[in-house]
Amino acid sequence: MKSTSKRKPSNAKSEKASVTLLIATKKGAFILNSDGKRRQWEVKGPIFLGNIAHHLVLDPRDRRTMLMAAKTGHLGPTVFRSTDRGKTWKEASKPPAFAKAPEGQKGRVVDHVFWLTPGHASDPGAWYAGTSPQGLFHSEDGGENWESVTGFNDHPMREAWTGGEQDGTPDGPKMHSIIVDPRDPNHLYIGMSSGGVFESMDKGGDWKPLNAGCLSEGAPEKYPEFGQDPHCVRLHPLAPNILYQQNHCGIYRMDRRSPNGDARWERIGEKMPKSIGDIGFPMVLHPRDPDTAWVFPMDGTQVWPRTSPGGKPAVYATHNAGKTWKRQDEGLPKEQAWMTVFRQAMTADARDPVGIYFGTTCGEVWASANEGAKWSCIARHLPHIYAVEAAEI
Amino acid sequence: MKVHIPSPLLSYTNQQNDVEANGSSIAEMLDDLNRQFPGIRFRMIDEQDSIRPHMKIFVNGEQVWGLETALEGSDEVYILQALSGG
Repeated sequence: MKSTSKRKPSNAKSEKASVTLLIATKKGAFILNSDGKRRQWEVKGPIFLGNIAHHLVLDPRDRRTMLMAAKTGHLGPTVFRSTDRGKTWKEASKPPAFAKAPEGQKGRVVDHVFWLTPGHASDPGAWYAGTSPQGLFHSEDGGENWESVTGFNDHPMREAWTGGEQDGTPDGPKMHSIIVDPRDPNHLYIGMSSGGVFESMDKGGDWKPLNAGCLSEGAPEKYPEFGQDPHCVRLHPLAPNILYQQNHCGIYRMDRRSPNGDARWERIGEKMPKSIGDIGFPMVLHPRDPDTAWVFPMDGTQVWPRTSPGGKPAVYATHNAGKTWKRQDEGLPKEQAWMTVFRQAMTADARDPVGIYFGTTCGEVWASANEGAKWSCIARHLPHIYAVEAAEI
Repeated sequence: MKVHIPSPLLSYTNQQNDVEANGSSIAEMLDDLNRQFPGIRFRMIDEQDSIRPHMKIFVNGEQVWGLETALEGSDEVYILQALSGG
């Protein structure tokens, strides 16, 4: 698809508008606000200090409602809600929870809510939540009450798809990357670590694997129907037949001819430098150009350090759907910087040029106001960062 | 009966360390607590009715492991936060 990055963007935010970053950390949440030029940043917070916040998301439909996925070291998982852009918060009346198991059977327990996704633009108040272990939940009232999406949570193939609770990240198996097709509120995608990518055409009533072409290194079958580990899946909002994923086994893109048409992942990370590889957690798309994307490579060799290769952090960008990749490290430390950036912790704003942001597990937030060409650290000494979301307030 | 509330749950009880609750079992006492302080039960008891891994409940100094334990009005219940890491 032809790049649109050099056209005058029709949906770019005003160049004078400030940018807000919603930061979820292991010890609470923070909000960073910029000036109009995205040069000066102010840190506000902490919000719910001591809570393990996995995701903090603004509802783009009203630009007022925020949801936060949280738990503490002692207390069970919940969702906090704000309807005034984070000034005041209330807990959900009915947080996500699996159904009680029949007597004598072992039931599942939500350990934490990991991912939050606002519903379709035509469905105000609708939200989705993904949990650890892998579960999908739905709210119709702005996150106040959550119901199990039984089409997934009770699906007869769920246990096979997810591989059981030992088949997940060190922090537990997760459902993430819940995506609503902007053309169709019934068309949903999910990513699971592990499990793979799945889609539903009936708003979660039934699901099918969507993993053709995607490697599962080390598995008995290299290209199984399911069981892969997509770290982060993205759908392009203006070209919704195009998806990308940063997988445990490389960077992939899918071009579909129709919304649910032929579906095959093509590995586009093989053009990354061999010394860097194409392993990482996050992936970010340009809001207007479907061929431009950014990744943050990590060391996926031997025992999987999951840190910047060689201690030299860099973002890599493609402007041609993965045919070539460009290293972007100006302003980042040149050595002895062993950064880890989690799958929710890298994002883009809607400005022109696009701002790119990432947060590290050592509590730094880095920003580029020129699409990755130059980086600066805009916050440090925060707790371990799980998620960074750019909000348009 | 008197129920001692640990610090992680004080936001539910208006910062009261000690509250009164009724019930002839741990389950009923927790239901009464939840009526008074909505949401408090799920933070310490999971959806399968198990006490969460980092919470402990004692009755008159003895730890209880399930919600079926019987209670009397003169019992004293302690809800404690266990170790939970850094």
